[in-house]
Amino acid sequence: MLNVSIYRYNPEVDAEPYMQDFQFDTQGKDIMVLDVLEKLKTEDPTLVFRRSCREGVCGSDGMNISGKNGLACVTPLSEAVVKNKLVIRPLPGLPVIRDLVIDMGQFYAQYEKIQPYMINNSPAPAIERLQSPEERAKLDGLYECILCACCSTACPSFWWNPDKFIGPSGLLQAYRFLADSRDTATEERLANLDDPFSVFRCHGIMNCVQVCPKGLNPTKAIGHIRNMLINSAT
Amino acid sequence: MVTTVTNLGRSGLSDWMIQRISAWVMTAYLVFIIGYFIANPNLDYAQWAELNSLLPMRMFSLITMLSIAAHAWIGLWCVLTDYITVRLIGPKATAIRIFFQLGMIAVTLLYVLWAIDILWGI
Repeated sequence: MLNVSIYRYNPEVDAEPYMQDFQFDTQGKDIMVLDVLEKLKTEDPTLVFRRSCREGVCGSDGMNISGKNGLACVTPLSEAVVKNKLVIRPLPGLPVIRDLVIDMGQFYAQYEKIQPYMINNSPAPAIERLQSPEERAKLDGLYECILCACCSTACPSFWWNPDKFIGPSGLLQAYRFLADSRDTATEERLANLDDPFSVFRCHGIMNCVQVCPKGLNPTKAIGHIRNMLINSAT
Repeated sequence: MVTTVTNLGRSGLSDWMIQRISAWVMTAYLVFIIGYFIANPNLDYAQWAELNSLLPMRMFSLITMLSIAAHAWIGLWCVLTDYITVRLIGPKATAIRIFFQLGMIAVTLLYVLWAIDILWGI
């Protein structure tokens, strides 16, 4: 039997959070962490967590699994169980609403700050704004972000200053639009990032790269933003 | 854009660049001093005083001291703005942070002036 320990907190009932232990029979199968949670929820309907697509596309079920942020739906037990124990907590650093559900408001506020949409005030062409294959290739490794918040909530700089540091996810998206040949607001975007917090609170410890369930590299994108700032300011 | 007034360089990019350049200066000074000690195993006070009375050496020492001061200012400013915040320790945090920031800046400037006094007093 697998020992499963889950963070529980219902602010309407509990004075403080606690860890609840469950026993789970995997029947020898290497199932996903989300499958375990779904089964346990049938036994204890008060257990609360977010989930939707169950295949690593929607980014709803980001959580801290045995100490490492990840998506429960694409994390098999073979990667998550340590000494026959599975420990599940909410993503760290953001307020807990209940059990494994966190308030992502601060995370989205930072995403909104970087203006995550194409800015181009020139008249739209009849069909579409064209890109060369090389220009389009620059967006690879950037557009795939699903905003699950695993990276930003693994980042100490984001823990300490979630209201000032944009965080790895937001910065990856910022570079996605800085690198887009169709976007014309590059200088304006860079000017909004050149303060000691927004970008430069990243000290390059690469927790974000380690946990990203999509295999993306926010630290590299942040390096590109820094180089663009240097090019424009020197 | 986040506004700040107590950081050294006024912008994130200038702080970042000062941090990198000052690190190179400190590394160069360390390599030179260690190399000098290795090259002069029987170093005595007269030779040491002569080295430090040369104008280029004084300049090198002063630039290194300024680099240490700038590096410390930026680094400690980051530490203070990470840990002494309203989010972490409550509404008194701003006053406490300003106190430590100004104290850190004052100590840093005093060390720079003291270093100039020592270097040009040799």
